[in-house]
Amino acid sequence: MAHHQAGKGARVPGLTRLLLALVLVLVVCANPSQGTQDNDTRAHGDEEHQQGNSTAHRKAFPVLSFNYEYVRKPFEISLWILLALLMKLGFHIIPRVSHVVPESCLLIFVGLLVGGVIKAIRQTAPVLDTDLFFLYLLPPIILDAGYFLPIRPFTENLGTILVFAVVGTLWNTFFVGGAMYGVCQLEGGQLRGVDLLSCLLFGSIVSAVDPVAVLAVFEEIHINELLYILVFGESLLNDAVTVVLYHLFEEFSHAGTVTVADALLGGLCFFVVSCGGILVGAIYGLLGAFTSRFTSHTRVIEPLFVFLYSYMAYLSAEVFHLSGIMSLIACGVVMRPYVEANISHKSYTTVKYFLKMWSSVSETLIFIFLGVSTVAGPHAWNWTFVIVTVVLCLVSRVLGVVGLTFVINKFRIVKLTKKDQFIVAYGGLRGAIAFSLGFLLTSNKMKDLFLTAIITLIFFTVFVQGMTIRPLVELLEVKKKRECDGSINEEIHTQFLDHLLVGIEDICGHYGHHHWKDKLSRFNKAYVKKWLIAGDRSTEPQLLSFYNKMEMKQAMMMVESGGGIGVFKPPLMVPNIEPTAPSRSKTVISKIREMEIRKMLHSNMQKNRQRLRSYSRHDLMMDPFEEDVSEVRFRKQRVEMERRMSHYLTVPAKRPEPPPSVRRVAFEPAHRVYTYDDGEGTPVEARRNASNAVSLLHESGREFQEEEEEKEEEQFKALRRLSDPGPKS
Amino acid sequence: MGSWQARPEQQQQQQQQQEQERWHYEELAHKSGFSTEQIKNLHKRFRQLSGNKETISRANLDSIPALANNPLKKQIIDAFFDKRNQWQDDEVGSLEEIGLEHFLMVMSHFRPPAHKSGEEERQAARRQKLRFLFNMHDTDGDGIITLAEYRKVVEELLSKSGAIGHQTAKAIADAAMLEVASINAPHMAPDDFYEGITFEHFQQILKGLEMESRMHIRFLDVDTTTMRCGKAPS
Repeated sequence: MAHHQAGKGARVPGLTRLLLALVLVLVVCANPSQGTQDNDTRAHGDEEHQQGNSTAHRKAFPVLSFNYEYVRKPFEISLWILLALLMKLGFHIIPRVSHVVPESCLLIFVGLLVGGVIKAIRQTAPVLDTDLFFLYLLPPIILDAGYFLPIRPFTENLGTILVFAVVGTLWNTFFVGGAMYGVCQLEGGQLRGVDLLSCLLFGSIVSAVDPVAVLAVFEEIHINELLYILVFGESLLNDAVTVVLYHLFEEFSHAGTVTVADALLGGLCFFVVSCGGILVGAIYGLLGAFTSRFTSHTRVIEPLFVFLYSYMAYLSAEVFHLSGIMSLIACGVVMRPYVEANISHKSYTTVKYFLKMWSSVSETLIFIFLGVSTVAGPHAWNWTFVIVTVVLCLVSRVLGVVGLTFVINKFRIVKLTKKDQFIVAYGGLRGAIAFSLGFLLTSNKMKDLFLTAIITLIFFTVFVQGMTIRPLVELLEVKKKRECDGSINEEIHTQFLDHLLVGIEDICGHYGHHHWKDKLSRFNKAYVKKWLIAGDRSTEPQLLSFYNKMEMKQAMMMVESGGGIGVFKPPLMVPNIEPTAPSRSKTVISKIREMEIRKMLHSNMQKNRQRLRSYSRHDLMMDPFEEDVSEVRFRKQRVEMERRMSHYLTVPAKRPEPPPSVRRVAFEPAHRVYTYDDGEGTPVEARRNASNAVSLLHESGREFQEEEEEKEEEQFKALRRLSDPGPKS
Repeated sequence: MGSWQARPEQQQQQQQQQEQERWHYEELAHKSGFSTEQIKNLHKRFRQLSGNKETISRANLDSIPALANNPLKKQIIDAFFDKRNQWQDDEVGSLEEIGLEHFLMVMSHFRPPAHKSGEEERQAARRQKLRFLFNMHDTDGDGIITLAEYRKVVEELLSKSGAIGHQTAKAIADAAMLEVASINAPHMAPDDFYEGITFEHFQQILKGLEMESRMHIRFLDVDTTTMRCGKAPS
């Protein structure tokens, strides 16, 4: 903590000084009396400027003055962030490097360089403040990860993840701590002073897999979902264990002795920390969901609610020393389905982009600061200690994974193969959390020793393991991420299977996994959704929302696969041939969605082909929903498709046309876009249905088209007036 | 005195019965792939459902209260009585009542994959499970899922989820069908008409779901004490 104070006191990096020098050259004049408080940053030229016949005491009016102190803090912060982002930009411009070396390594390297430069100018570098890290840099990354966590694989593998997180981390801690102690005693010399509790404390710091590092590396290798969720889920859930163990051992090392009661209390603490964290997160999540129910008139501030509730969840958990990470994850997971059903499309996009942006910046800053701190910090290098640490961590990780998998496989249906085990073991990277926890240690001789070892371990895992994991994945032919996800057929059958399995379980009279899942989802639908989702959307079935999202995507794809052929009126609002009862008000939702589609397309004008991958930050830039598509082209294509469909799928009597070039729609379910907007109950006829675009001309023939077009035009005009007012509302 | 002497006979009879039962179970185990322990459990459940009779009728399955909430109730019950699910490839149609053997054959589609199964076995299991699903969709038994049949599937799926429009279900089914067509028959000539989903196409589109590891019930835990049949079918 002492370091922390020192860091804050003299926060003038050499770079800022250099820039200042540049600024000074441009400064023309300054009035000495204008806010000169800090001498070592102030360097200004004086200029006497006599104004007319003023008295000798009257100061001249300052035309141009210099006041750096006023903006110093934000200026420096902005400068650092700008530097980090420029570096990031630079990597992606140089293609060859970014293929071989993962970004995290490059950023650490840059940090080292910057740290070296600062040291050369003999300034005090800003260090990775523990407060800064835990309160500002870590939450965005965790929120981003938690909000977009793929729920299905996570819950399916929850048992495995928990075993790895809890038992695995405990094993690592005690193995590394104990073995370290043994080695220290054997080695003697300066290591003899390291007692068992300190070793265990050290073990608890280095044993936790770090989510930031894992995310940074795994995002780039696009590994299959199962492995990703295993390693990543473990890195998130082991926070509770780490927090408890760390505090436990720190307390003990002050107290000196450990009693059985203490150990039991420690065990209890673990449950309190993890369950308490989740509870806090869930409460905030429900609050956030409930709040979002009423935001239909103030769309602009919707994203803020998501961010603030989540951040508050994190901070509230930290107040009580509960696991902030688990709280944040729980908040995001609980909030997400309800919030997404309530907020507008634009807000959803905002939330997505801001989360990705902040987490990207945070990650960059963390790695750069890690590099800088390495150069800056006091080091106590001890060959034995460091090398033994690295070796022990590797060995314990491998043993832990292999041993646990052996046990877990007895309970799993889909067994983990040797390849899977290898990747899980190899992917256990350490990162900045370990560093910050090390920083938090009270200053003594041990601290420097530990810190050096931690930094070496982090460097080793990030550089060596991070760089080699990609070629190893290629070499071992590990299954990669499935490219085309989310076809409508798969979705239909996933749901079909769910119901089927529940039915079979009921026939067997067996209350199994599916039975409880079904009960939960029915409870959710019957009670929770009514409270948390506004309006009619609470009763919309999942298949329908999925389908509508898919429709949107398909529309996009159709546009890009077609060309701009000309203006064409869209028969989007065709009244259906079969008369239907107007009392089916549920389809009002779809009508509004139709509006959504049109609005979106109307405001965008550019083409793009990339599809979104949920886990990668880089690919976010090419979000198909931010594609600008020509509305005109879209409509034309849509009509084409409808026409083809009608002939393609109905009775052979009609003359069929070649199938459209529509390919399977594929998108990441994790990034589904909810297309709800402005559900102010605009009185529309019940039959309008977004999905009708597909079945529109289905039973009719082409002869209806002309009539429909005219109707379309009118309806379209009417709808425009009802469109989303935009940010100024 | 008579009863004392009758006992060894009774015992013999009982033994014989047990022998027969065991033999019966073993035969069933061989056919269906379950262990004799599992078959015993399932037999108990069977007797519960059938009211200690030899066969189960549709009414017996209908009266299970937990199934009332299931949107696929009718299809599931039909699947039990469907001859195609009895592993005899050429028979179509449905049975009126099913015995233990038929019950077990249907249940065998939901076995978890064996612990050490090779690639071929997994493919075979996947094929078998997909065939079961296909049979559920293909209600008229002609080997092809037509658009009308697929629409029915989607409608049933959405039936319990509130008053969803008929049109919506149709639209979804249409889109799904289009997707199948565009994957499996992308180069259809202008005059062709896409008849419906054949089993090969069906397998193709559901390739990614890895049925063999998803479509199973953990039979190891089937325990009669937790079974509640509700009203006993009289």
